Amino acid sequence: MAPPKNAPKPGRTLLALFAIMVVMAGLAVWQGQTKPKLGLDLAGGTTVTLTAKTANGKNPPADQMNQAVKIMTKRVNGLGVSDAEVAKQGSNNIVVNVPGEGQGRVVNLIGTTAKLQFRQVFAVADGKPSSGAAPVPSSSPTKGTGEKKDGGKSPSPSASASPSGGASPSASSTPRGRAVSGALAAPTPKPSGSSAASPAPSASSPLGQPSGQPAAPAQDYPGVTDKAVISQFEALNCYSGDRRAPGSNDPNRKFVAACDQDEESGQAAKYILGPVRVLGENVSSASAMPPNAQQGQASWSVSLKFDGTGARQFGEVTTAASQAYQQNPSSPQAQVAIVLDGQVVSAPSIREGAITGGTASIDGPPDSFNQQYATDLANVLKYGALPLEFKQSSIDEVSSTLGSDQLTGGLIAGAIGLGLVVLYCLFYYRGLGLVAVSSLVVASVITYEAVVILGEGMGFRLSLPHIIGLIVSIGITADSFIVYFERLRDELRAGRKLRSSVENAWKRARRTILVADAVTFLAALVLYFLAVGGVAGFAFAMGLTTLIDVIVVFFFTKPLVALLARTNFFGRGHPMSGLDPRRLHKAQDTSAPAARTTSQEA
Amino acid sequence: MGTRAAISRIYRGEISADIVGRPKIWYTISGLLLALSIAGLLVQGLNFGVEFKGGSVFTFKAPSASIEQVRSAVGDGGAHQVIVQKAGGDWRVTTESLSSDRVTEVKTSVSKELTVPADKVSTQVVGASWGGEIQKKAWQALLVFMILIIAYLSVAFEWRMAVAAVVALVHDLVITAGIYAWSGFEVTPATLLGFLTILGYSLYDAVVVFDMIKEVTKPLGPTSRTTYSEAANQALSSTLVRSLNTSLVAILPVGAILFIGTTLFGAGTLKDLSLALFVGMIVGTYSSICVATPLLVQFKEREPKYKQIRENIARREQSTKRAAKTKVKAGAGASAASAEDAPSDDDAGERADQDVSDVRSTVTVRKVVQSGSRQQPKRGSRQQRRGGK
Repeated sequence: MAPPKNAPKPGRTLLALFAIMVVMAGLAVWQGQTKPKLGLDLAGGTTVTLTAKTANGKNPPADQMNQAVKIMTKRVNGLGVSDAEVAKQGSNNIVVNVPGEGQGRVVNLIGTTAKLQFRQVFAVADGKPSSGAAPVPSSSPTKGTGEKKDGGKSPSPSASASPSGGASPSASSTPRGRAVSGALAAPTPKPSGSSAASPAPSASSPLGQPSGQPAAPAQDYPGVTDKAVISQFEALNCYSGDRRAPGSNDPNRKFVAACDQDEESGQAAKYILGPVRVLGENVSSASAMPPNAQQGQASWSVSLKFDGTGARQFGEVTTAASQAYQQNPSSPQAQVAIVLDGQVVSAPSIREGAITGGTASIDGPPDSFNQQYATDLANVLKYGALPLEFKQSSIDEVSSTLGSDQLTGGLIAGAIGLGLVVLYCLFYYRGLGLVAVSSLVVASVITYEAVVILGEGMGFRLSLPHIIGLIVSIGITADSFIVYFERLRDELRAGRKLRSSVENAWKRARRTILVADAVTFLAALVLYFLAVGGVAGFAFAMGLTTLIDVIVVFFFTKPLVALLARTNFFGRGHPMSGLDPRRLHKAQDTSAPAARTTSQEA
Repeated sequence: MGTRAAISRIYRGEISADIVGRPKIWYTISGLLLALSIAGLLVQGLNFGVEFKGGSVFTFKAPSASIEQVRSAVGDGGAHQVIVQKAGGDWRVTTESLSSDRVTEVKTSVSKELTVPADKVSTQVVGASWGGEIQKKAWQALLVFMILIIAYLSVAFEWRMAVAAVVALVHDLVITAGIYAWSGFEVTPATLLGFLTILGYSLYDAVVVFDMIKEVTKPLGPTSRTTYSEAANQALSSTLVRSLNTSLVAILPVGAILFIGTTLFGAGTLKDLSLALFVGMIVGTYSSICVATPLLVQFKEREPKYKQIRENIARREQSTKRAAKTKVKAGAGASAASAEDAPSDDDAGERADQDVSDVRSTVTVRKVVQSGSRQQPKRGSRQQRRGGK
């Protein structure tokens, strides 16, 4: 906040400030929001009761519940500064109160277990069950058929029934990571042994394969030792119902069958995944990254950083996948699936060699992997997985916890208080009091606008404490005028002309104001970043008003005083102007000795 | 007449009092307050609200009841922290942790007053929504903040000022907490937010005063005729009007909210927050003037530079000027009567009065020299003043 250069044209500064205020108002209207959003205590919100699910139906251990409360608190507060509340109720419920109605997104986010796993892919197919029920395209099967050696349990119709090849044209544009596109198309020519390099034609075939030409399914699942999983995989339908295949979220299972998280371009793949290679616990931080067109990335992504163990493990799994890719670019084992809550978010194949830097990124189709999704995902991953699974047992809209009477009371009281402040300013500072009062008005207007805009932009919601905090800080804001006015009067007492006093006093007051405001701002900043819940919201309001204070003093109060100093009323020191040198000087020609008066100059 | 003159003096910014000169008085007052507060915190303890301790939740259906009826029905059952919410078709009332007997009483009261069958009132225990995690983080934040603030003030001013400001800050927080402990007012998240505001306010106030002290004491050198204490006191006096005005302006809205909050609504967010603010602001103003500044002065007077000044002045006092000054004494003393309530208990003892006035004119002179670019107008004004006199 660099001070303006001694503003030789106070009028311009004032105009600029008003322009900013008009723009802010315009922004608020454009956002379609002209009232501040209110918090839980004033406007009510959504309350969700989450009940812990345990395998044996017993109450979960208390420490796991506490851990879950902790994580949920972080998650819900990671969304913005809306002061949500999370509390344990009874022994197996967690109640989450979120301000605002219809908070579906928040509700889903809170309850997500967020178990993140990295597993190597062992087989991929389109997500339709490979049962006879599926339409069997009669067109001649591709080379793949010949390789159907020991289909195991899979019935022969499945050969054509898992039409992954048919999907390939669109799959080539598939968004679940470029790698996946190859993979989706790839399973066709799978050789029986994963180690054997596939014949050249098959490797190049996938993308070129004409649509409607169903590829042969991978009949054998090299390396997959769990027959139950294979049959589960074949029966799995990823197009309807729950995409969470039973058991897919269990990190202890060696092999699991899993679906894609979303359909994309009308398709959902299913996977057989190998053992967990990296767990979400080993992610040390996660953040959402905007699309980077230069690197050919069309969607938002989430970048992950692993801790030491995670980095090593991730290096190992990518090495293995990279080797598989070297041997056969279309091998499913070249892919590493990122599994979130039992669903595959993406399964890129590792082409560029092992990734040992301890970072990874998750991306997906631009239509579903948007900013909100990426932010939520990063948020959920950052704060860790819930130790328990929860189901929502109720979602209700709740009323405010305070009667509207408290709000009205607070506002009326605040208005009375500010009214008294105005009276006092006018009484004490006379004409200057008008400057103070109009500064307060400007500060209030900017604060209001900022709150409205930020309510939309970062989910800032006013609770009653915030409102009182804002009223009070507007009162405290008046301090910077007082500092300035007192300096100004000191200068006048010293016998200086008004015009030069305005500038001199400003130079001295400016530093005081900045240093003092910096302290408050520092307080707000620390509390905002380090504290959670209501404290962060309040700190936010505190920092906001401090900034506004600086803006108002620099761009309104000072220029206004400079402008008024040019008028006759103030410039000549009219008795009602508050800058009457005779009044300020009175001491000299009356009782007090000079020594005393001059002593006040400092 | 006296008050009129006093107001007029205040208007002209002409009040001064020797605050720095008698630190012991202030330390005694503060020490007593602190001791009382700490005793209160230890003996009585803070009365934490539901948000911190958890409590009991009552859920029942009473479609025709209003929020006030529900609140009073539960309140009549003996609960005093009552948070009423309407969740879907149900009322959800959170109270402090109640024993099973009290739970029954509340149930009876609810069923009687709202005509709800007692067995349709379900109760559960609810955990703290402002649980340990939030509190832990809040403490961490406070600690980090203290460290940063000391660092910042050490750079912007100097470490002594930083320490003095932070001591005053802790002083304010402890005393405000002590008042909460003794009064038994409930500590809710709103109260905590009030404390946080005090934190900002207390420092702000101290910084404004220190900035002035820094400015006034900057020109002090071996040949100065003012000690650090006197200069600081002088700075304090000249910011006193500002301090009072600021406090008044800040406290007026809070006072109004507190008044409305307590008289109209009884317990509630309004009262919780405004009481903490009200107390904290008064204590904050007091501490920046009467604790932080004297403390700073004591720190500074130990510095060799300022010790030296003090000795030099003492030596000069012995000189012949003494006689001349005594003559002035009568005039200065008389005029000082109303504003300056008592003579400073300076080393110089009985000469205190005229020393102070002498010293003050010295300060002014010094300031003129210091102000460099502003020398011209100042000098003009001094002549003017001399002419006037």
